[in-house]
Amino acid sequence: MTDYNELTPYKDAINQCVRCGACQAHCPVYDQARQEGAVARGKLALAKALLEESVTIDSRLEEDVSLCLMCGSCVVKCPNKVPTDKIVGAMRREISNRKGLSLTGKTVAALTGHPPLLKALVKTADVLSPVLFKKVPQTSGLRLRFPVSGHAQRTLPAVASKNLFTELPEFIQGRPDKPVVGLFAGCAITYIYPKIGVAMASLLNHLGYSVFTPRTQGCCGIPARSTGDTKLIEQLNRTNLEAFKAHEVAYIVTGCASCHSGIGETDPNSTEEQADFAGKVREIHQFLYQEGLADILAALPTTKERTRITYHDPCHLKTKGIINEPRALLQSLPNTHYEEMENSDLCCGLGGSFSAHHYAYSKAIGQRKVAGIKASEAELLATACPGCMLQLQDSINHAMLNVQTIHILELISKALALDQKWK
Amino acid sequence: MITEQVHTALQNVVGKNNVYTETADLITHSYDATQKEYLPDAVIYATTTREVSDVVKLANQHGVPIIPRGAGSGFTGGTLPIQGGIVLVLTKMNRILAIDEDNLTATVEPGVVTASLQKEVEKLGLFYPPDPASKEFCTLGGNVAECAGGPRCVKYGVTKDYILGLEVVTPTGDIIHTGGATIKNVVGYDLTRLFVGSEGTLGIITKIIIRLLPKPAAKKTMLIQFASIEGAAQAVSTVIRGKIIPTTLEFLDATTLACIRHNSALDIPEECRALLIIEVDGDADILERQAATIIQLVSELDVLHTEIAETEEQSEAIWSVRRSVSPNMRKINPDKFNEDIVVPRSKVPDMIRALEKLSAKYNVPIVNFGHAGDGNIHVNVMVDLKEPGMPETVQRVLQEIFQTTVDMEGSISGEHGIGTAKAAYLPMEIDSATRKYMQTIKKALDPLNILNPGKIFLESTI
Ligand SMILES: Cc1cc2nc3c(=O)[nH]c(=O)nc-3n(C[C@H](O)[C@H](O)[C@H](O)COP(=O)(O)OP(=O)(O)OC[C@H]3O[C@@H](n4cnc5c(N)ncnc54)[C@H](O)[C@@H]3O)c2cc1C
Ligand code: SF4
Ligand code: SF4
Repeated sequence: MTDYNELTPYKDAINQCVRCGACQAHCPVYDQARQEGAVARGKLALAKALLEESVTIDSRLEEDVSLCLMCGSCVVKCPNKVPTDKIVGAMRREISNRKGLSLTGKTVAALTGHPPLLKALVKTADVLSPVLFKKVPQTSGLRLRFPVSGHAQRTLPAVASKNLFTELPEFIQGRPDKPVVGLFAGCAITYIYPKIGVAMASLLNHLGYSVFTPRTQGCCGIPARSTGDTKLIEQLNRTNLEAFKAHEVAYIVTGCASCHSGIGETDPNSTEEQADFAGKVREIHQFLYQEGLADILAALPTTKERTRITYHDPCHLKTKGIINEPRALLQSLPNTHYEEMENSDLCCGLGGSFSAHHYAYSKAIGQRKVAGIKASEAELLATACPGCMLQLQDSINHAMLNVQTIHILELISKALALDQKWK
Repeated sequence: MITEQVHTALQNVVGKNNVYTETADLITHSYDATQKEYLPDAVIYATTTREVSDVVKLANQHGVPIIPRGAGSGFTGGTLPIQGGIVLVLTKMNRILAIDEDNLTATVEPGVVTASLQKEVEKLGLFYPPDPASKEFCTLGGNVAECAGGPRCVKYGVTKDYILGLEVVTPTGDIIHTGGATIKNVVGYDLTRLFVGSEGTLGIITKIIIRLLPKPAAKKTMLIQFASIEGAAQAVSTVIRGKIIPTTLEFLDATTLACIRHNSALDIPEECRALLIIEVDGDADILERQAATIIQLVSELDVLHTEIAETEEQSEAIWSVRRSVSPNMRKINPDKFNEDIVVPRSKVPDMIRALEKLSAKYNVPIVNFGHAGDGNIHVNVMVDLKEPGMPETVQRVLQEIFQTTVDMEGSISGEHGIGTAKAAYLPMEIDSATRKYMQTIKKALDPLNILNPGKIFLESTI
């Protein structure tokens, strides 16, 4: 009897799959692969077979289990809401618990488990720029979500010279009548796009909140969940729990759609403390919208020259029903013209460690966005997830379009011309 | 098990990496929407007609069954490898080869998903009407093999009404062509019709020539609540006698309404015992008049409330009532036996009454809804199979349902086909001489019984 302690809690959920096949219409990976092993139904059949011990973990099963972005698109459309994304996560943990981590998994662990290492490496070089990346040895932790081996064609942004924590004080005082809000930055905002983090802190502070950005916070755990690294997931959970303890925070906000899932979701093995923490997590756009920011923006004097913008739905927001809030904010901007694009809710194709394993599929999934972006004639493609920004920019570059991806928070803070009071 | 020799021969035909035989592969191709499971011996994804033909020839040489598979959304087990063999998947043959705006035809490969063809032709102002509820994921090859239908069939007919011609790989591996690109064609036997609904037992469809229509300019949705099922049934006949053929005429019976009442976008009072959703399409200016005529025609018939959607949102709200049925039904009991019987339109109330009696007799919930316009009733027997004796009870209930259907001159399947799920009931509806005729055809075309064996006919009567 094999004890699948990660997968077993999902037994009932797995059995809820009625094999209707509806997920075929919504899975971006199936859309490319058109093979049953790639779709939710196939993976659930394998999960069931594992629990029934009619299959063992072998390389073929691992391959099928690797073909998932954990985007949750199938879950929302499934008549029984079978949480395939979570079940794939559990299967990946079973795999790595038994067979150790794959190469990508190991590099993710090396980086996300050791912020100082990531920090040090980022400091010394423009690590994600392709030229320098090639000099990085195969086994280096730098390969994160973007190992270059096998897909040297990926274009990557330059890394910021200073990370978020050097740009932002750990505590920014707000108005006395407003509570403290914890700022969860996540790896991409911390190291690649610190200006998004700065914008987020300025906005929250502008609304009166004190902002606490603990230095000791770690990765949200999405890449680790994606590779199934049980130990690392637990380690990161503990790190983040501890990090936010120094202040009594009312909410923990994040400007990264993936992080929002990473720290805001629980699983059947979560402790009460983790559930409490997850309960405080807020998505920044939804938060700002509820704070009435759309009205504040709409009241600003409009400009004559307007930049044409459009919006991409990150899977991690779309599947949680956060669809209107980012749009409402964008549509209220005084200096832009919003144009909805076709297929705005199609996945960008990044998906945790997916693009590292399957860059060809990842790229093909991303290319499905291009026609819509082009037809919208937008100059700026706004979104609410730095991961999507990276991937979309890569797709745009390959299609040779003159479009820039941008985070909504950057647009808002620019429109409000916020100063950084702490400076 | 396929032998090493067959394995190598298959690899030579489709390439080394395209013959899948690992346990994981077999598991992921062992089921369809019936939730039954049978492991195949190998899985192949075909990419060309030539490959299909070569694989079939090999299967004949070595006596290995071949099971064609589309999206695996079938409800009757058509693509289950019940005797093992090679599952031949067609989802990668998914190109739309041509859309001919002059002749209103489309030529497609069998793996094209129904809704993707619809989307493409609608961009050009054209229309492919058959709309199975699975259209977002089922394949056109599967639709042809099952002769799929949908709500729009009242007005527009079913899949067979839109198939002009086919390219088929026969059970012995020959490539043949039936029909053609013209509406009129009387040269030779009408083999196209033979293949439509043949459930993958007579040939593997590798190309489909489809007839298209101009896309109707507009549509209008109505919802009518009735105090009795008789009222709703009479309304259906009255509308049709009034010389209006709506695009869709969907009904929900009292058991269905009970499941969704508390979870519905619209208010459905307790007195409401049946509900019709009617949609008409055509030029915008005649739709107003048609809608008014329908409401007026049915007004005397136990009507409690009528609603005509004025906006797209209102129409959506009406359809959301229909869509809420499946998710809410599961709350009654975990296991669902979904049958798609058909009775003559006028017999719908009798059938519903009979189903209510059966439900009381066996003490199992039976939820009914469906396409009132063509008498196609989705009968859902909702049970918990874990209850002692339940599997046997279900079999008895189903047997009685089918018998009642046939007694009313109806048919035991309107859309989903026979496959393995209904094979046992086939003799109830088709007499032995007719069955023998059908099996003679099968035997002549597939002497070794290679292609999808064990489907439609339970036992060999010849
Ligand atoms: C949620 C849901 C709703 C549904 N709603 C409807 C509905 O409204 N109306 C309706 O009619 N059906 C409905 N169905 C049933 C099903 O979708 C249809 O029968 C559909 O036509 C099957 O297509 P497929 O591609 O999934 O075929 P599969 O299930 O893969 O195969 C079905 C049969 O066709 C054969 N076959 C497949 N491709 C080929 C080919 N190229 N050549 C020869 N044989 C082939 C297979 O051997 C098998 O016998 C529904 C199913 C589900 C799960
Ligand atoms: S949509 Fe849900 S129930 Fe249907 S096959 Fe996919 S996972 Fe299973
Ligand atoms: S989570 Fe996304 S990638 Fe994974 S099976 Fe579901 S839809 Fe496909």
